[in-house]
Amino acid sequence: MKDVELNNIVKTYNKGEIKAVNDVSFSVDKGELFGLIGADGAGKSSIFRILTTLLLPDSGTASVNGADVIKDYKLIRKNVGYMPGKFSLYQDLSVAENLNFFATVFNTTVSENYDLIKEIYIQLEPFKNRRAGKLSGGMKQKLALCCALIHRPTVLFLDEPTTGVDVVSRKEFWEMLKGLKQQGITILVSTPYMDEATLCERIALIQNGRLMTIDTPDNIVKQFPDSLYAVRADNMSKLQHILRNNQQIKSCFSFGDYHHITFQDDIAYSQNELIQTLQSANLKDIEIKHITPSIEDCFINLMN
Amino acid sequence: MIFIAPILQLLILPLAADYEVKNINISIVDHDHSTYSQQLISKITASGYFQLADYGNSFQQALEQIEKDKSDIILEIPDRFEENLIRENANELFIAVNAINGVKASLGGVYLNQIIAAYNNEIRLKWIQPPKYNTVPSIEITSSYWFNQLLNYHYFIVPGILVALVAMVGSYLCALNIVKEKEVGTIEQINVTPIKKYHFILGKLIPFWIIGMFVFSVGLFVVARFIYGIVPAGSLWVLYAFLSIFLIAILGLGLLISTFAETQQQAMSVAFFFIMIFMLMSGLFTSLDGMPRWAYIIARSNPVTYFIEVVRMVILKGSGFSDIKNHFLIMIGFAGLLNGLAIWNYRKTS
Repeated sequence: MKDVELNNIVKTYNKGEIKAVNDVSFSVDKGELFGLIGADGAGKSSIFRILTTLLLPDSGTASVNGADVIKDYKLIRKNVGYMPGKFSLYQDLSVAENLNFFATVFNTTVSENYDLIKEIYIQLEPFKNRRAGKLSGGMKQKLALCCALIHRPTVLFLDEPTTGVDVVSRKEFWEMLKGLKQQGITILVSTPYMDEATLCERIALIQNGRLMTIDTPDNIVKQFPDSLYAVRADNMSKLQHILRNNQQIKSCFSFGDYHHITFQDDIAYSQNELIQTLQSANLKDIEIKHITPSIEDCFINLMN
Repeated sequence: MIFIAPILQLLILPLAADYEVKNINISIVDHDHSTYSQQLISKITASGYFQLADYGNSFQQALEQIEKDKSDIILEIPDRFEENLIRENANELFIAVNAINGVKASLGGVYLNQIIAAYNNEIRLKWIQPPKYNTVPSIEITSSYWFNQLLNYHYFIVPGILVALVAMVGSYLCALNIVKEKEVGTIEQINVTPIKKYHFILGKLIPFWIIGMFVFSVGLFVVARFIYGIVPAGSLWVLYAFLSIFLIAILGLGLLISTFAETQQQAMSVAFFFIMIFMLMSGLFTSLDGMPRWAYIIARSNPVTYFIEVVRMVILKGSGFSDIKNHFLIMIGFAGLLNGLAIWNYRKTS
């Protein structure tokens, strides 16, 4: 059964000038951990806001739990949990007060669903009487997650939950999501961080309001059309300049310490040829190796 | 802060916003130096309204005092004032008033004229033996001021300022509070809950309605009664019934502002715009009937105007429900219109 479905959703801003979401269709299975991966401004938040009934699409249909986002918005609001990208709890209320408030709003109590948030809330317990506005970034996210879970939603929408959160908290956060998945909650998460993509079961890569691909992270990597090589030398900027001007090189992007390249014709001796070219350009410590592409490589490849 | 600020304002504002003008600086140019001129001068300085800033015999010098802002009014007593008065039974005095401060100028002039007239009468009584019977029949007019016999300015201004403060609390706080939710983003979170729009709106309006009631009550029963000695003459039920409708109307305005504004700054400036109009075009300080036609129309479309009228009528005059029936209807209209617009616009934007 599909828990979330989108069919040809279009959303424009400024009277059609800006196409935020352009003909997007995808579906998420029940109990799936689905990732929406894309840069800032790719249209992730607009899709989330449409699915949480905060925004009306220009055209297309979408449903959550089988309920239409336009007609049955009341039903959706009862059954989903939403955590906006921006911290949106009451900063003047304490941790416990926020949690109680949202429980009451959903006509339930904290104790009723405590088992669901227990793992997360335990970490917040020592700060229970602190005001939400005074919490650290990671703590805020945990509290927001608790508040989004307090009514035991069937689908959880997390809009960039790890943006601006430190590495340790990010890791913890993804562990929590895995735990929630065990409970059978469908989770839709968006993130601009490509390294988090592999933590999802299935991902959609989105750019300028269009979906580029939807698949499991493994399949997306497998679909990478060429062999990918990592190159480095003592003078990286010179190296990049040479690589970009070389007819034999199809693509070249810098990734940390290496430049990732693909060849126009990937034949046995093209590697050696390249090394010779680079040596003749007075580059030293040349290293070239074959690597498996990451999601980021796939993303950049699809972008072009 | 919500409670203390308006109460403090109510304590301070009426004391300052007083039309009675005291401490008018007067320059006297005396060319006569006679007993009569001395008597006149002592009468003026003894009145309590005037302070002798300068006494000399050159008009030029006195004018300089005005230019330096040391003096507000000049009284010139001509040469041979006493002599001519006795001989010809008439004389003229010259008064020049600095009209930069209009209220001070006109009132100062009037006070001075009254003092001189009184002095004039005194002299006449001394000189003319009054006939036993009035030779010419005359009508004497004595006036009595109703509802505020001593023309105590506070009776008039305190209820008005109280209304203006309640209006401010209602519109400002309500608008800012809702816009803050928009700005912080909590409204998004709330929207993805089963809470209905009217729940949210009621949840916002009711606390401010209660705060408005509370501020008004403290102002009326504590500040107005114990500081200014104002005891409402009319029925409190009528007053509070009207207040509750007025608060709904003014909260509706706050709500309307909040549907237009995206940030607290915007809400602040729009609310400020309305509050200024409410304060200055509501008959709080100036009489409505004295306004030009267009201003009168604006003032008549201002809910605060009606509440100020009602408060003054009920508190000072003791008017009952039947006297202010029309005011009730108009205020219900305002409440319906403002809230209706707000809800309509709220729907449209979401």
